[in-house]
Amino acid sequence: MPQVTLTVNGKQHTVTVEGRTLLVELLREKIGLTGTHVGCDTSQCGACVVHVNGVSAKSCTMLAMQADGANVTTIEGLAAADGTLHPMQEMFREHHALQCGFCTPGMVMSAIDLVNSHPQGLTEKEIREGLEGNLCRCTGYHNIVKAIAAAAPLMHAK
Amino acid sequence: MPFEGIGASVRRKEDVRFLSGRGNYTDDINRPGQLYAVMRRSDRPHAKILGIDTAAASAAPGVVAIFTGADMAKEEIGGLPCGWQIHNKDGSPMAEPPHPVLAVGKVRHVGDPVAVVIADTKQQARDAAELISIDYQDLPSVSSTPDALATGAPLVHDEVPGNLCYDWHIGDKAVVDGVFAKAAHVVKLDLVNNRLVPNAMEPRAAIGDFDTSSGDYTLYTTSQNPHVIRLLMGAFVLHIPENKLRVVAPDVGGGFGSKIYHYAEEAIVTWASAKVRRPVKWTADRSESFMSDAHGRDHVSTAEMAVDADGKFLGLRIHTLANMGAYLSTFAPCVPTYLYATLLAGVYTTPVIYCEVKAVFTHTVPVDAYRGAGRPEATFLLERLVDCIAHDTGIDRVELRRKNFIAADAFPYQTPVALEYDSGDYQTTLRVALENSDYAGFEARRAEAAKRGKLRGIGVSTYLEACGIAPSAVVGSLGARAGLYEVANIRVHPTGSVTVFTGTHSHGQGHETTLAQLVCDQLGVPLSQVDVVHGDTAKIPFGMGTYGSRSLAVGGSAMVKAMDKIIAKGKKIAAHLMEASVEDIEFANNTFTVAGTDKSKTLTDISLAAYVPHNYPIDVLEPGLDETAFYDPKNFTFPGGCHVAEVEIDPETGVTEVINFTAVDDVGRVVNPMIVEGQIQGGVAQGIGQALLEAAIYDKSGQLMSGSMMDYTMPRADNLPNFNVATENTMCTHNPLGSKGCGEVGAIGSPPAIMNAVIDALKQFGVRHIDMPATGPKLWSIIHAGQAKMAAE
Amino acid sequence: MYDFNYEKPASLAAAVATLTGDADAKALAGGMTYIPVLKMRLAKPSAIVDLSAAGLSGITVTASSVTIGAMTTHDTVAKNAQVRAAIPALAALAGGIGDEAVRHRGTIGGSLANNDPAACYPSAVLALGATIKTNKRSIAADDYFQGMFTTALEDGELIVSVEFPIPQKAAYEKFRNPASRYAIVGVFVAKFANGARVAVTGASQGGVFRHEGMEKALSANFSPDATAGVTTDTDNMNQDIHASAEYRAHLVGVVTKRAVAKA
Repeated sequence: MPQVTLTVNGKQHTVTVEGRTLLVELLREKIGLTGTHVGCDTSQCGACVVHVNGVSAKSCTMLAMQADGANVTTIEGLAAADGTLHPMQEMFREHHALQCGFCTPGMVMSAIDLVNSHPQGLTEKEIREGLEGNLCRCTGYHNIVKAIAAAAPLMHAK
Repeated sequence: MPFEGIGASVRRKEDVRFLSGRGNYTDDINRPGQLYAVMRRSDRPHAKILGIDTAAASAAPGVVAIFTGADMAKEEIGGLPCGWQIHNKDGSPMAEPPHPVLAVGKVRHVGDPVAVVIADTKQQARDAAELISIDYQDLPSVSSTPDALATGAPLVHDEVPGNLCYDWHIGDKAVVDGVFAKAAHVVKLDLVNNRLVPNAMEPRAAIGDFDTSSGDYTLYTTSQNPHVIRLLMGAFVLHIPENKLRVVAPDVGGGFGSKIYHYAEEAIVTWASAKVRRPVKWTADRSESFMSDAHGRDHVSTAEMAVDADGKFLGLRIHTLANMGAYLSTFAPCVPTYLYATLLAGVYTTPVIYCEVKAVFTHTVPVDAYRGAGRPEATFLLERLVDCIAHDTGIDRVELRRKNFIAADAFPYQTPVALEYDSGDYQTTLRVALENSDYAGFEARRAEAAKRGKLRGIGVSTYLEACGIAPSAVVGSLGARAGLYEVANIRVHPTGSVTVFTGTHSHGQGHETTLAQLVCDQLGVPLSQVDVVHGDTAKIPFGMGTYGSRSLAVGGSAMVKAMDKIIAKGKKIAAHLMEASVEDIEFANNTFTVAGTDKSKTLTDISLAAYVPHNYPIDVLEPGLDETAFYDPKNFTFPGGCHVAEVEIDPETGVTEVINFTAVDDVGRVVNPMIVEGQIQGGVAQGIGQALLEAAIYDKSGQLMSGSMMDYTMPRADNLPNFNVATENTMCTHNPLGSKGCGEVGAIGSPPAIMNAVIDALKQFGVRHIDMPATGPKLWSIIHAGQAKMAAE
Repeated sequence: MYDFNYEKPASLAAAVATLTGDADAKALAGGMTYIPVLKMRLAKPSAIVDLSAAGLSGITVTASSVTIGAMTTHDTVAKNAQVRAAIPALAALAGGIGDEAVRHRGTIGGSLANNDPAACYPSAVLALGATIKTNKRSIAADDYFQGMFTTALEDGELIVSVEFPIPQKAAYEKFRNPASRYAIVGVFVAKFANGARVAVTGASQGGVFRHEGMEKALSANFSPDATAGVTTDTDNMNQDIHASAEYRAHLVGVVTKRAVAKA
């Protein structure tokens, strides 16, 4: 069986997988990082979004082997070592941008990517369109949009 | 200490865990030695099972066991029970056909589970499930609601003639018919309430874990009400006494009703775990959820209102067909009856109402309560009908509503359909909603949109709903096979911190925060020293769970009662310690004081004394400070309000954009305004989804065409506007908090507001009604035909 | 998913050799369509040949053409300054495929080899008269697309790059499926010195097609008004729960008009 070596949240792992093992299965079942979720099977919902080499990717639509040599960041890897939340996490909390919390990890990872790719700032419309790949059934998105708008300047100020 | 009590928008206690990826959802749990279950489901809507060959599958790598319905039948495993019995017009009970856990003899909908494969890995279980060979004899099927009653329609259950589950009614038909015979106007409307798929973001999952040493069973499951599951599964399906069965509903990723019910997979993994003597986990794929989670809505109705010459409503007559799907889901029968027909007075003084409901079986996924459950169907019907009355009589739609409102001073108000409303002020919620939405300025916005080539419309809905379904004795008399009280256990620890054990369950509602705020408020304990425990039958007393916007109104009230007991006992201890009379002890701000003196003891002083009873009235009082209260409400609560939607339609594509959405709701006492607004926003989003985007569509052959997120349109961020949400509250008069509930108002009030706006936008084409969802192609066809007709004229 | 062997050859030649040696092996580009197909167990390849190390990504822009390596991601194309300057419509199209996470992995070569009838890229390739360069030959766009999920590619033939001529003007407009967000109708219009080319994706049962009526009208007068009255035959239109054939045919006109206005 093939082996994959990758760095997840700064820690290197070498894991035996099947060819068909998905990256999300590797993360959840082999490495035990269950913060990344699976909400659909058609790449629609975005609950599984992680960062692969610094940019967002749907870990349910990527083979574990495709991540060989990659640097992966999951929701568990965002906060500082002392527990200080990433500004996006903090703004999600401040603006009540989560209810059941299931879509939240993917939503936060996508939101960070969205802000990173818009150094010039984001309009409300751009935020809404930028969330096309993430579904939330609880919030109606209102507060997610607010949280991202509030986090963007904090992230750019860093 | 910052203000953290009732009325404070404190940030949620649960959020850091969810934001850090440390939530503990069912699929995150892995038990030592765990195996994986995959269901082999029917891919056809109706067929006889002639044979099941599991030989090849059993020999596949990693397979530990395969079970079929016959295996379960051999052990006398029961069918999935129904929790509510409706009686027909003639008093006879509804048809209640068996609902086997795994199909026996026949499959009755696409997705009906036929066999379970248990293997070392999920992939192996899935590989093997494909190798099971099922010999089917296809039978004709019926999937549409009206077709189910047609003469000669294929029968879903041989023992249920005509596919009729029940034929129920409420009201006096002769009296209502008499009113119609003399009315100045009769306004009639045929309408459909579209079938929906709940789609909580977390797919259902279940782990059965049989302890071979103790013989105890544990079920971890994605449930809104673990005690109900324990009762139903233990008593009716698997015959396991409560003391040997623990049900844990850990973090649950949204429910919206779909996780109330006892599902086959819960029983399968629990039973199978004992058979294979290892834990067994099942997690649904999303496409599996589409064909196994209970769907919502699916009504076909005819509504008629008798109206006098001035526009006063004289009587309402309704005929509704409700689709139950292939089997009765746990609470399905009550949804189109006691959660629907009893709401048909709405906010209006309609003096007489008659409603008959026929529930039918079809070869589709079972239908049960989905956010709002019956009340969105009643509200959509009423609020569309009121706009049609305005259309037909020429009376302004807002004036028509005002003219027929129950007055703010008319409470308690007895409706003709059983309910007695305790409070409300519909004129105020309407007035504020019209102000907040700048209703008066709309025509200028319509004209401006027209210049841009867009059709702009505005719609109003004034609605009411009933939450916190109760009292137990009343619902029992109506057919409920459960109580509908709630329980709270308040444990004040020796050093004054508090743990709340609640029978409600939080799956997004933020109970760990809101319920803790009640403790801050009543006992003066800081939020950081209050924890809320829910979702584990081994920890909490027998509670009924969370649905129907009941948690605060019923569960919160139970907490108030339990804390009253804590204070009462604390006063006795304080009286002893301060050598005063109990009658002279006052409690406020975490402190017991002897009235009129500066003598006081903190709650911590008292709790310490209670657990270290050295100086204690031990002869008359037990040690400890730990109280439980069961609260059975006297009545429902009645949230209501007004929603105003403003839309623009692109005439070239028919696509509707929601430009503004204003909600002014009366939810009674608000504990955490931030959380309440979030609940309303989320409910409105689901209502907009129903109105514009979502539909579970079966084709004639019984296949679910919208069976994945590639085809079922979930609302996304760019489908929705920012929401203008506010509350104008009157207090519930019969519970100690005054709270009414906020979980469903958004999904109840919004669909007719949106549809009234869409129809208003298209009024130049003579449109009177459009069924949901108002999709692009549907509206384009109307516009296209309307333009052609106008051009011809 | 059925299990398979995973291979990641380090060169195009090695990839071709692997695919040629095993008829049941399948090439994997970004995987944004093919991995979902595998997950639904609609395909059972013996091996997956990951092309990500085969040296097939990159963008070259000259005065007259834009050449994009097969493994170049949509996000790279969308954000590439040279593409944005030379054929802004192509960058915009790439920036509108799927969502951002999909664009980080999905590739032009994968999209074209799969030729999903609702994919965006085929319309740009056809409307711009691009050339598909493979390990064996160059294929004109007009010869490449052969019906839904069908192309001129032979066994063992891999797309290496796609060369797009730079038009005078171009634009892509998409009417999305509300659920999947794929194109119900996507129209790419391009104006060249010798006339206009119009390609429509999403609408037809036969996959992407050139719209002769629109091309004639827009060659004569490249303006939104010129599309008025040009009809689209409903006979070959797709039908599903989201759009009837009539609606799709109507949308072709609306979307083409909007694309021209945007160009």
